[in-house]
Amino acid sequence: MNLTIFLLALFDGIAYAALVFSVAVGLTLIFGVMRILNVAHGSLYAVGAYLTVSLTGYILALGFAPVLAFPMMIVSAVLVGVLIGGPIEWLLLRRIYNKPEVLQLLVTFAVFMILEDVQRLVWGTQPYFQASALQAMGMIRVFGVNYTVYQLIILPLVALVLLVGLRFFLRHTILGKLILATTEDREAAQSIGIDADKVFLLTFIVGAALAGLGGALASPTTSILPGMGADMIVLSFAVVATAGLGQIEGAAFTALLIGLGRSFAVYVWPETAVLVPYLIMLIVLLVRPEGLFGSPTARKI
Amino acid sequence: MTVRLAIPALILLAVAAIPFAAPSLQLLMNLALAKGIAVVGVTVLLRAGQVSFGHALFFAIAAYAAAFLSASMPGADLVLVLVVAVAGAAISGVLVGLFVVRYRGIFFGMLNLAFSMIFWSILEKFYHYTGGADGIRLPRPTVFGMALERGPFELIMFYLSLALVILLGWFTVRWFASPSGQLFQTIKTNETRLQYLGVSPQRALLTGYVLSAALCGVGGVIMGIVQGVVTPEFAWWIRSGEMVFIAVLGGAGSVAGAFVGAAIYEIVRTYASAFAGDIWQMLLGGFLLVIVIFAPKGVIGIYDATLARLTGTRANDGETRK
Repeated sequence: MNLTIFLLALFDGIAYAALVFSVAVGLTLIFGVMRILNVAHGSLYAVGAYLTVSLTGYILALGFAPVLAFPMMIVSAVLVGVLIGGPIEWLLLRRIYNKPEVLQLLVTFAVFMILEDVQRLVWGTQPYFQASALQAMGMIRVFGVNYTVYQLIILPLVALVLLVGLRFFLRHTILGKLILATTEDREAAQSIGIDADKVFLLTFIVGAALAGLGGALASPTTSILPGMGADMIVLSFAVVATAGLGQIEGAAFTALLIGLGRSFAVYVWPETAVLVPYLIMLIVLLVRPEGLFGSPTARKI
Repeated sequence: MTVRLAIPALILLAVAAIPFAAPSLQLLMNLALAKGIAVVGVTVLLRAGQVSFGHALFFAIAAYAAAFLSASMPGADLVLVLVVAVAGAAISGVLVGLFVVRYRGIFFGMLNLAFSMIFWSILEKFYHYTGGADGIRLPRPTVFGMALERGPFELIMFYLSLALVILLGWFTVRWFASPSGQLFQTIKTNETRLQYLGVSPQRALLTGYVLSAALCGVGGVIMGIVQGVVTPEFAWWIRSGEMVFIAVLGGAGSVAGAFVGAAIYEIVRTYASAFAGDIWQMLLGGFLLVIVIFAPKGVIGIYDATLARLTGTRANDGETRK
């Protein structure tokens, strides 16, 4: 393996890790606060991607500059969070917080099935490709390797901003502290006047918007087609489980681990590229069932 | 009490008469029976309070094992194909099970999903061996050394499936009542108590997991033989989701419900796909929500409640019939 290929694999891995992290962080945030694994998260990711492609195509057709693809990503993410995430929490999840885990999984799985068909009804089955955001940023030359600015600088930057921003939001703002308090003890939080219902709704909207943002960011680099949601939910679960459910900083680390593992596999033994993330997860879970950064839960008797 | 037993018996008789009374339904019903057996596998796990989103894995492993065997040994006997395929599913059940039985709830469901996605992508990517997305042909096996024509063979498969449904259904119900099955179901009600009794919950769950894998394997190999071709779609997550859906539709944890659910599902799908093919997943998801939230005991629960109202007796859980 020469230096060029090594660098290519490294850059691929970083770009991919940044994408996966922005999706996985929403999943782990929702789980951390609400104790619900949102299987529909993958669909929200796919809808975010589709929405970005459509909106970008629309404004380009109106004659605006390609750079405006970036605000469209944020618009799509917010739309996914508010218009899809909000109703899911408000209409469905609110009824099942006290039900067994299996029922909660079934409900989010049902939402996943519904959303998969909604995508197909709205956007059809033909693949979409919309790379104007990628092209608008141009290329950069690093150690003799040409790479897109979008993937090498913008994506990791966004991931870093998400990581630091989320940490700051949860630890240093009133709203974030309310969320943490509700996570710690829902009843105690309610007794001091925190509206736990609102906190959950807000968390879910933020988490869903993060999934939409992940899809929006991914849309210029890949073709958008049905089934991408199913792949992503399993992959981001692998990231989140390897880190330990609810571990935000840990998810950043494992996203990088899994992203690099996958991209090096692409260059060394392409057929196995899909398997590497799961192999990493299985090995980690065999040794540490609670994930790399999770702490073993005390047993309730 | 007689009504309670008479109706399932009548339904079984009606199903047995299908090849002669309504030949056009025979293939459909055969697929429903195959799927029903696989769904019993998922139902078994529901009894322990666990849900697997990846049991299509074992469905596909058995089907592919049968296809590979038939390819390397042309004219293999039906019995041999069945035994090898189900053994393949059971052995993979042990291997995967050793890993996943350490987890419950979310992890259990999602790790199963991960395993099935891995297998699915292997089937798709290594197309030199697996035929990729087109899959591989599964030629008609011989029956006791005889190479049969399509008609008689399908008839044999139909009654074989029906016999297996009754046999495996009965076996599963008996197993639930056995000490091993009772320990298995305690995982749902009180796992800690199991440990205090000195029983390993992991081992109890593994027993049930292997049984469920084998049942899915039986369903998968029948499906493969009847269709004559196996494709990666056998292992796809939608297939797993379908099984979970049918299990919950029929009545979570009810063996009879699994078969009733599978029959209803196949019939509705065949006639609905003509005009609702595009929104099929959506309908399934919607129904799943309605059942989970409003009728968690499924079709069997509704059946029991209706009977109880008619006969004026209190329904037992209705989970031990057939």
